[in-house]
Amino acid sequence: MSQPQVLVLRAPGANCDAETGYAFERAGARVQFVHVNQLLESPRLLKDAQILGLPGGFSYGDDIAAGRILANQIRHHLFDAMAEFKAAGKLLLGICNGFQVLIKSGLLLADVHGEAPATLTGNASGKFEDRWVQLKVTSDRSAFLQGISSLYLPVAHAEGRFVVRDEATLTRLWDNGQVALCYTSPSNLNSASVGYPENPNGSQANIAGITDETGRVLGLMPHPERYIDRTHHPRWTRGEGTSPGDGFAIFQNAVRYFA
Amino acid sequence: MQNSHASWSREKPVVTLWQIDISPAPGQPDVRGSSLAAEAADLGLNGKLAVAAAHGFLVEGDLDETQVQRLARELLADSVVESATVAPVGDQRLNEAPGETTQLVHVLYKPGVMDPVADSTLAAINDFGYRPRAVRTFRKYWIRGLQPAELPTLCSKLLANDSIEQAVVGPLHLEHLELGSGYSFQRITIPLRSLDDDALVRLSREGQLYLTLVEMQTIQRYFQEQGRDPTDIELETVAQTWSEHCSHKTLAGRIAYRDEHGERRFHNMLKETIFAATQEVRARLGQDDWCVSVFKDNAGVVRFDEHWNVAFKVETHNHPSALEPYGGANTGVGGVIRDTLGTGLGAKPICNTDVFCFAPPNLDPQELPPGVLHPRRVMRGVVAGVRDYGNRMGIPTINGALFFDRRYLGNPLVYCGNVGLLPRDKSHKKSQPGDWIVAIGGRTGRDGIHGATFSSAELTSESESISGGAVQIGNAITEKMVLDVLLQARDRGLFTAVTDCGAGGFSSAVGEMGEEIGAEVWLDRAPLKYDGLSYTEIWISEAQERMVLSVPPHHWDELRSLCAAENVEATILGKFVPTGRLELRFHGINVGELSMEFLHQGRPPVVRDAVYQPNPTVPLNFVPKSDYTETLLRILGSFNVASKEWVIRQYDHEVQGGSVVKPLVGVANDGPSDAAVVRPVLSSQRGLVISCGMNPRYGDFDTYDMATSAVDEAVRNCVAVGADPKRIAILDNFCWGYTDRPETLGSLVRAALGCHDAAVALGTPFISGKDSLNNEFTYEDAQGQRRTISIPPSLLISAMGQIEHVDRCVTMDFKKPENLVYLVGITRNELGGSHFSLVEELTGGHAPRSDLRGAPRIFNAVHTAIQQGLISACHDLSEGGLAVAAAEMAFAGGIGADLDLHAMPHDSTIESRDIDGKAALLLFAESNTRFLCEIEREKQAAFETVLGDVPFACLGKTTESRRLRIQNSPAGSNSPPSWIVDADLETLKEAWQAPLRW
Repeated sequence: MSQPQVLVLRAPGANCDAETGYAFERAGARVQFVHVNQLLESPRLLKDAQILGLPGGFSYGDDIAAGRILANQIRHHLFDAMAEFKAAGKLLLGICNGFQVLIKSGLLLADVHGEAPATLTGNASGKFEDRWVQLKVTSDRSAFLQGISSLYLPVAHAEGRFVVRDEATLTRLWDNGQVALCYTSPSNLNSASVGYPENPNGSQANIAGITDETGRVLGLMPHPERYIDRTHHPRWTRGEGTSPGDGFAIFQNAVRYFA
Repeated sequence: MQNSHASWSREKPVVTLWQIDISPAPGQPDVRGSSLAAEAADLGLNGKLAVAAAHGFLVEGDLDETQVQRLARELLADSVVESATVAPVGDQRLNEAPGETTQLVHVLYKPGVMDPVADSTLAAINDFGYRPRAVRTFRKYWIRGLQPAELPTLCSKLLANDSIEQAVVGPLHLEHLELGSGYSFQRITIPLRSLDDDALVRLSREGQLYLTLVEMQTIQRYFQEQGRDPTDIELETVAQTWSEHCSHKTLAGRIAYRDEHGERRFHNMLKETIFAATQEVRARLGQDDWCVSVFKDNAGVVRFDEHWNVAFKVETHNHPSALEPYGGANTGVGGVIRDTLGTGLGAKPICNTDVFCFAPPNLDPQELPPGVLHPRRVMRGVVAGVRDYGNRMGIPTINGALFFDRRYLGNPLVYCGNVGLLPRDKSHKKSQPGDWIVAIGGRTGRDGIHGATFSSAELTSESESISGGAVQIGNAITEKMVLDVLLQARDRGLFTAVTDCGAGGFSSAVGEMGEEIGAEVWLDRAPLKYDGLSYTEIWISEAQERMVLSVPPHHWDELRSLCAAENVEATILGKFVPTGRLELRFHGINVGELSMEFLHQGRPPVVRDAVYQPNPTVPLNFVPKSDYTETLLRILGSFNVASKEWVIRQYDHEVQGGSVVKPLVGVANDGPSDAAVVRPVLSSQRGLVISCGMNPRYGDFDTYDMATSAVDEAVRNCVAVGADPKRIAILDNFCWGYTDRPETLGSLVRAALGCHDAAVALGTPFISGKDSLNNEFTYEDAQGQRRTISIPPSLLISAMGQIEHVDRCVTMDFKKPENLVYLVGITRNELGGSHFSLVEELTGGHAPRSDLRGAPRIFNAVHTAIQQGLISACHDLSEGGLAVAAAEMAFAGGIGADLDLHAMPHDSTIESRDIDGKAALLLFAESNTRFLCEIEREKQAAFETVLGDVPFACLGKTTESRRLRIQNSPAGSNSPPSWIVDADLETLKEAWQAPLRW
């Protein structure tokens, strides 16, 4: 099996880079941590990688809006290099802040009339929250989610409320199979009514993760890298949780994609 | 219209001050507006307000409207959920009220206050190819339902904080953004030699030096010997170095202490109590000593495993947090992170612990003294400040506590702690002569001038206006960037020493690093946030996010490019030179020169009297009841015991990927864990356990007992989740009142003696500590009477334990029905200072004491049982005693229990009571070193064997019933049970969760 190379993008204020890299390594990848300044200087660094990981954190402090400044840097300087990366059949994963960057950079959902069709904005609760959520996979399109039907993972964010510009966008996302992950109830995965805190941020249609049209770009608010060991599970002392944890399969899928 | 304006701009370029207002788009919730309206009601200001909130940016520069519209669309506003209005400041379009008559208020930072978002925005605008001169952010509110007379109160109590912000009623009318002003150099000399004592005292006070007369006289003598008067910078340097904050002169000073056992003279009180305990423990460990560096670096360091050491430090940031809770707590966290980052050759911060003391949040707003923020607002601000800094730094906040008492009204306490991981071979540092003095990180501004000396002063209702400059806002991302490059530079061996710029700024950092060498500093080299700083301001500024490195010249180029690659500013500020002198220059001109010896050894010893008079024992009288369910519910609902989930969930407690035992545990992830466990090295199963112990209520009885109880509680919490009691390091943080009063200092010395005795007995070395004295608040009441509120003696003990393999960890939630429930430890007649007393409004009694001889055996036995996998759930008994512990275990696990008190091991002091009174003691006494354990039946024999002759009893079993029932059956009785506590789990949990469910 060929061992893919992962480029984990560091930026001022990114802070989940180490554990995200560790999860990829455990899944069998080689990992390189690259600062955004390095990539701005030589976008060619992307050529050596098969997987680009945008980790969680607070890039540029999430000043103005979460992920906005890094997303603009990508729009202004790296868009072509990343579009080429995507077109080359490679994988892109954005977790939490990485998801916010992906959606605001136009890499995940193309702009419509020059504007992003959807966004991630302030939680309905008005505050940052760290809690575990039940997720169900709602599309078979994403390469990262193959063979997975549900996931139990933690979220930790202040701006995770997924909002679309108009109803047509939502319909299009559903029709294209781009709604990849939804918050749901732990007791009933198909529950019709999911309120706070099962949906921790008030996202429209309980959307927690979105894939692009190719299935090779995934953005999600929950943190799969925080549940790769049994002892990450909040109730492992009650005999719950598995080893590896639910989140690990996402990294394994990415690595196997290049097998 | 827009176009014509733009083209006019282009023809005749002018600098315009643009305002960009950003509001929620139609149909989007206005979360901030509604929460402000709710807060106004909670604070008793006005219950009928409607608030529409917006925020915005002021951008000054040669930009036309098309360009600013583009910035609004592509950068500043999110067009999916927000709408933007762009116009020059003062334009009518910005000030049209949405709907009915409303009052408009803008809130801006005062000039010079750190505005991190503005800094980032400026950089992001540059990325568009535009070059604005300056950016500032603001908030904007439209308020309906307000009486004009209420407006000033609303502004000062809710919308703005006068110490860092200004509220502008109505439209903004600004012409330019302040950019600082020029500075014309003038070397200032203070005619010190000729001053009489009165003038010395006046100079100390008016110059905010906060030095005593004896200290001022010593400085005067030094300069008389030098044959010259000091410059301002020399006087400031001495004041910083000799400040209470930097030198701990009171507690490390000479103290004559008297108590009921006689008199004891300390030459250095801390050394002879706290440090001495560590030395005794280390001597006993001999070859197995696992302490690495104690009481000398910025944090205490102990061994973790064969590759790594761990550093731990807890600081206080009380005075800044009283004035500006958000900024104070924010920079408190930032500061303590720099402490571990500046330990050895730099430790990687791996987790935070934060403990706060506030007045009760339900305080009637009418009772607030002047100049005091409402405790609810203080609490919200402090929590937000800790949250925003810790979360942005990517450091999990895994442990904490909140403690409420009215005496924290004008003087809340904010303890911030951080643990760092550092390679064993990078745990020590030493600057070398010839090394460059290099500053990295944030720029220097007027922030926090006089923070070190201010923290030694007592707060008054006027503190806000005197000390505005001492209050700051942090910029976590700057510090994260510093952290990222510092660890890389450490691993490449690019520097010989590092320390943080904390209180006292460059003055302290350079003075400390060059103490044994000597240093030459070129103050004009320091990068500034804005023009106009004098050489003295540069030297003593406490601007955040700065570190000082000692860099061998041949590594400078590599360090500089490493920093540049990640946008971190690095500047040579001077050189360590083997002169034994501190020489300060500004553009080549000598502005100060002091001998290091005078600076560090010249301070006259502080000599203090300390007296402790034991409180006479007053009996605690209460009317026994036959049913204590109601009492239990009230204790569960008391602020100290109640669920802190509202706080905990706002902190990221899982970042870095090593979470093992979270602060919230149990079947619904919401029970109160005794301690948190993380794996700092992801490839290893070794765990680090963080907990704390504190109970100021016991200090009202006897501070010795309070201290031993706090140590016992911190260790108990650690052991309860599985930490090895032989590998627990502890920290002390003393926050006390005005220690010039012999009685106040006496109560502190007595606590230090308790710390010593407990640490020696339990084998838990103190590795670092910090004190904050003079925590009193003085104000004039409505009658014009001067009143002072002193905080209660507040000793926080923080514990850092270790566990060999995290799969042994245990949590406090009941796991299964039909398991046995054991109590380990002895219960005594100790209701003094208890939460039973609190909710029943009783006084008197005995506060819990520690059986220092018996405790280690109990800790070892419980640990062995946990190691052998014999315990399913384990919870420490603390506030509220057995009843609260049992209730928490039950509702956290979603499993009921039937318990009987009759077999509970207790001492003879309890016997004399009638049966109902005895039941209250057994249920609610807060005696130390006790655990409640859940044991599977097949492990019963093994468990009892491990406990051996440690006192224990089986109290009953867990049940399917979802009820907690407790009886106290008469010995030998076969009569049907008569429950003295009987409640379903939902009722218990609701009582516990409701008070702080904000």
